[in-house]
Amino acid sequence: MLAFNFFGATEGGLFDINATLPLMAIQVVALTYILNSLFFKPVGNVVEKREKFVSNNIIEAKNKLSEVKKLEADLLTQLQSARSEAQRIVSEAENESDKLFKEALELANNEANASKEKARLEIESQTSAARDQLSKQVEDLSELIVNRLILEK
Amino acid sequence: MFFNSLLTNFAALEVGQHLYWQIGNIRLHGQVFLTSWILLGALLVFISLGTKKMENDPKGLQNLLEFLWDYIRDLARTQIGEKVYRDWMPFIGTLFLFVFVSNWGGALIPWRLIKLPSGELGAPTADINTTIALALLVSLSYFYAGLSNKGWRYFEYYVHPTPIMLPFKILEDFTKPLSLSFRLFGNILADELVVGVLVFLVPLILPIPVMFLGLFTSAIQALIFATLAAYYIGEAVEEHH
Repeated sequence: MLAFNFFGATEGGLFDINATLPLMAIQVVALTYILNSLFFKPVGNVVEKREKFVSNNIIEAKNKLSEVKKLEADLLTQLQSARSEAQRIVSEAENESDKLFKEALELANNEANASKEKARLEIESQTSAARDQLSKQVEDLSELIVNRLILEK
Repeated sequence: MFFNSLLTNFAALEVGQHLYWQIGNIRLHGQVFLTSWILLGALLVFISLGTKKMENDPKGLQNLLEFLWDYIRDLARTQIGEKVYRDWMPFIGTLFLFVFVSNWGGALIPWRLIKLPSGELGAPTADINTTIALALLVSLSYFYAGLSNKGWRYFEYYVHPTPIMLPFKILEDFTKPLSLSFRLFGNILADELVVGVLVFLVPLILPIPVMFLGLFTSAIQALIFATLAAYYIGEAVEEHH
């Protein structure tokens, strides 16, 4: 084996290479297998499981978020259409009630006019009847007066 | 030699001395294995505690481990690429954790309080055997990654922009493990030596900033080692068009 006598040691030295080398290599290879089964595999499983879990959750959350956004947009359009529908109904009802009110007003006006007219006509006929009667009485009375004056003469 | 006499005078430093274990015909640096077992044991206990009760809502240690896992994944993913980083993540992560735990363990635990018959305990990465072992594993890994992903087309990489690159790319296969191992070894050993010398000379206060610097270097070296390993693997599996 390669062995320098370095720094004056009678045996060995710094560069004393012997069977320690292959045995240490075997020890490190064994350690690799031990650490693989004791450390790298179990910890890797846990970490990767968690990473998968997290990324799955993120994807799921993203899906849910887009779904929510879609639903929100859907609801918004529904809300808008409902609002315009309501507006339409309200304005329709307003028109309707306006129309009804106008009709009713017209009807009432007409009725009132008609009854006023009727009352006027009645008043008029009664007035003329009373005037006729009055003028007839005046005539009778005047005739009576005339006759009496003539007779007395 | 001047260095010899200087360093043998620092009896407390014991550079380049090892606790030898003799098993049959082979000799091992016992102190490297001892510290690495203690540190890796602590790491494994820490990880088993943190992964004992895994929940979807992480608490306590699990948080820290998940942060670590995420850090290593990012490192592997940016260097190796989305397609195959998964296969190499445990290897890159193990390199990072091993180097990090070794460096910090070496720097933070007062190993010198434990007396050995020869040599002293310290960061396992301050031993050239450990760093060469890690670097060779990285070399094997990137060859394996390239060959298993692209088959023989892996060798197109050697002549990629122009065939002139061939000798340089072949040379790179040797310089990569060399630089990887010596960078780590040098940095950690230098830190231990600097702290050791300072403690020896001025035992109070003065070594503390250097110790903090050592902690910083240790963490950076772990990151550099893991990043370069991932980069080499990424280079090998990259598709040229």
